[in-house]
Amino acid sequence: MGVAVRVIPCLDVDAGRVVKGVNFTDLRDAGDPVEMARVYDAEGADELTFLDVTASSSGRDTMLDVVRRTADQVFIPLTVGGGIRTTDDIDALLRAGADKTGINTAAIARPELLAEASRRFGSQCIVLSVDARKVPDGGKPTPSGWEVTTHGGRRGTGIDAVEWAARGQELGAGEILLNSMDADGTQAGFDLEMITAVRAVVDIPVIASGGAGKVEHFPPAVKAGADAVLAASVFHFGLIRIGEVKTSLRDAGLEVR
Amino acid sequence: MSRIVVLDYGSGNLRSAERALQRVGADVTVTADRDAALEADGLVVPGVGAYAACMAGLESVDGARIIERRLAGGRPVLGICVGMQILFDLGVEWGERTKGCGQWPGTVEKLKADVLPHMGWNTVRVPTGSTLFAGLDADARFYFVHSFGVRHWTLEESEVLRPPLVTWAHHGEDFVAAVENGALAATQFHPEKSGDAGATVLKNWLRDVVG
Repeated sequence: MGVAVRVIPCLDVDAGRVVKGVNFTDLRDAGDPVEMARVYDAEGADELTFLDVTASSSGRDTMLDVVRRTADQVFIPLTVGGGIRTTDDIDALLRAGADKTGINTAAIARPELLAEASRRFGSQCIVLSVDARKVPDGGKPTPSGWEVTTHGGRRGTGIDAVEWAARGQELGAGEILLNSMDADGTQAGFDLEMITAVRAVVDIPVIASGGAGKVEHFPPAVKAGADAVLAASVFHFGLIRIGEVKTSLRDAGLEVR
Repeated sequence: MSRIVVLDYGSGNLRSAERALQRVGADVTVTADRDAALEADGLVVPGVGAYAACMAGLESVDGARIIERRLAGGRPVLGICVGMQILFDLGVEWGERTKGCGQWPGTVEKLKADVLPHMGWNTVRVPTGSTLFAGLDADARFYFVHSFGVRHWTLEESEVLRPPLVTWAHHGEDFVAAVENGALAATQFHPEKSGDAGATVLKNWLRDVVG
């Protein structure tokens, strides 16, 4: 027996409301992230991730309130990402009840943030979120062929995604959230090649994200090297239930909770 | 209702510990106040991040003395995660050696495993006679997040004293997942983030150790 593969639903939250449409008929308020967190917890989610997509800075306090209310009711680990700029942002989220924080754009702009944050709070609560894609035709080539993007995958940075993951670990990140912008939204399966490439250069946990469309997609991501699997819309729309993913993983010989 | 103090000696998520204890019926205060920590029915010592930073934070609130004095009076203390690790003699992280509270002999050092931190839900091997894990299935899982642990239990068994009950877990190698030693108990995992199984451990602690 060993540590179980984690199945993690992700909720996009805008000004305190769940963004993507949901299909749970038995909910009082499917737009309430706290209510959704409770549902996923009851369904056997191993962790929860909130991605704060609020554009305005005034929405920050709303997110802290969502985190507080979630931590009051849900007793599984909670990661919060989106818009984190400083170690004080991280402190506020941890104090509100988050266990881990996902850092993305701010680390690209200033990689030292990862070192500062892991020194202050410990690596275990610093997740480096990497939105990566194949370098498009005409783009600046990278050694691995993948590059880090920003702005939801719309802008390339020319930074090698595999090297960036390794650098993130060196700087103190305790986990990599590897999101394939090519696979994201396709529901055609995870980017297994990219998971394998990143797994080969880091020994911190890797969460595979992007591309999940059916239960059969999850076991290959783990066999490619992911320690955890994350999905958003397939769970929100009720296309796949958490329990079905776990059955699929168990049938593939993997350990689940 | 048991009055529990969660010792606040730095940053981190203390809200979950507070709420999880309230959920199982405790009256919880999160504070660094020395008198409150001494007088509570039970004291919870949390801890995340680096060993050295946790020890420094603990010292800043006179935490080691508070723990010592409580135990001298047989008053329950529960360490969680790094809050368990600092109860041992020594922490060795990245070559830095930090003296712990020395309640238990042993060294906290880096685990030998392919992937670290050990992050996620794992099973534990519970010894006969455990109070903390009473009523839980053998395949119950708990949420761990740590890279360091106690890999050897060095306490000699005594015929006159009741030896501590040690629960083990495995990630790459065996390490100590929990210790039950009279008024002093600790878990390497986070009961406050371990769903219903974690709630059972906290409930058992409140009922049978704090009383």
